[in-house]
Amino acid sequence: MLLQVEKLVKDYPGVRAVDQLDLTLEAGEVFAFLGPNGAGKSTTIRILTNLTRPSSGQAWIDGVDVFRRPLAAKRLVGLAAQTINLDNDLTVAENLDFHARLYGVGRAERRRRSAELLDYTGLTERAGSLTRELSGGLRRRLTLARAIFHRPRLLFLDEPTAGLDPEARHRLWALVEKVRHDGVGVFLTTHYIEEAEHLANRVGFINHGRRIAQGSVPELLARLGSWAVAWTGGETKFFPDQEAARVAATAAGGQGFNLRPVNLEDVFLSLTGKKVE
Amino acid sequence: MSSFAAIYWREIILLRHRLGRQLAAAAVTPLLYLLTFGYALGGHLKVGDHSYMEFLLPGLIAMAGLTQAFSIASEVNITRFYTGIFEEIQASPTHPLAYVLAEVASGLTRVFLAVAVISLTGWLGGFTLAMGGFFWLAVFLNGFTFSALALALALRVRSHADQGILNSFVITPMAFLGGTFFPVESLPDWLGYPLRLLPLTQASRAIRAACLGEAPSLTPFIALSLTSVIFLLLALQAVGKARD
Repeated sequence: MLLQVEKLVKDYPGVRAVDQLDLTLEAGEVFAFLGPNGAGKSTTIRILTNLTRPSSGQAWIDGVDVFRRPLAAKRLVGLAAQTINLDNDLTVAENLDFHARLYGVGRAERRRRSAELLDYTGLTERAGSLTRELSGGLRRRLTLARAIFHRPRLLFLDEPTAGLDPEARHRLWALVEKVRHDGVGVFLTTHYIEEAEHLANRVGFINHGRRIAQGSVPELLARLGSWAVAWTGGETKFFPDQEAARVAATAAGGQGFNLRPVNLEDVFLSLTGKKVE
Repeated sequence: MSSFAAIYWREIILLRHRLGRQLAAAAVTPLLYLLTFGYALGGHLKVGDHSYMEFLLPGLIAMAGLTQAFSIASEVNITRFYTGIFEEIQASPTHPLAYVLAEVASGLTRVFLAVAVISLTGWLGGFTLAMGGFFWLAVFLNGFTFSALALALALRVRSHADQGILNSFVITPMAFLGGTFFPVESLPDWLGYPLRLLPLTQASRAIRAACLGEAPSLTPFIALSLTSVIFLLLALQAVGKARD
């Protein structure tokens, strides 16, 4: 088990941001934490990366107690935060170099790894550019390169594609796939349904700090069926197969409808009565 | 140790990127004080056996220690409230002591640069300062004290605007009342005695005595060492509090 979280709680004055959270994550697995803004996704990541103190609960990364041995746990973790936190007054290469030095990466390895990751993220030609001169997509890619520079076992990606156009989003997804392929465990928060469906081996739904469902994408979808009919009037019903959905839709008479596969948004809606996005 | 080196390396890279501006900024304030209080107002004044310029220059060096060390507070605020680099450092396996010492070292670097600029300015004006071991020790302790204080305060403020207010209540009063422009002994006791407790007053005394070739007193060195340790501990505590 790469990540194990037990009964994690975070209380702020008047509000419980994370409520009795249990989680597990294996190496080489992408776990997507899906929920609306303010659900507790980022707070969970901040706690597990030791940026915020938990109110109670325990967590281990590769057997290391996250809260009792914070420095050892931090060495195992890479973090790409929701807000891009690059140093605008440093170049792309200097940003990577600074991160590597923080993690005690030696000079020869720094040079080799920097060249490798600049190539990996398509930033080689921009190595000498100041970070402030990069587009949002390039900055996100640099953030990811920085997060994996020191070869973490577990990578936390907090809303990694927020604000990106579809092309930049797909390029970043490809990078996450590569990271997973290298055996790194990826803990991803997002409120993009398609991002979770595309990347995740397992998905956890979080709402008001509580995990309300968890499973693989097919397992979660199977809770409702395979196909959905959304009538123009607003009602949506779910069916075990396409044929049953078609029969039901046409039997309803002249009312307009949309016949489509079930998605994770439907599952979240059925659990909470509200949309993720 | 690697984290200390990394954070200090970043500060030096940033300093190198804007060295010209940094040196000009370090020169302009003491130059203005020299012109105003030294040449224009104090040209014919004497303080004890010394000309006012001889009295003023060491005071300006002490004051530059305060202002330059405090300039790291703005940098720390930028990393906390704007770039988020503070969070990048906090997420890394950096011991709080390594972070605090690296920021203090950065403050000291600025202080030593400022001392070089002021000394050069004074030399161009015909004043050569004696810079022995006690002088450098006093400059070091002065820079350490105020760098650690700046960090302790910068990590406690909740916005960049708060930092500005804090500077108005710490830097400006201390700069004028810390024995830089006039001897605190010339003030009435009810004001002079409390002012002697200020670290800048102690630093001004130690630096002035060293520059003027007077026998060094241990008192300011002990006082500055104590304040250095106290502010270092406060800065360490502030790093922990800044987590939330």
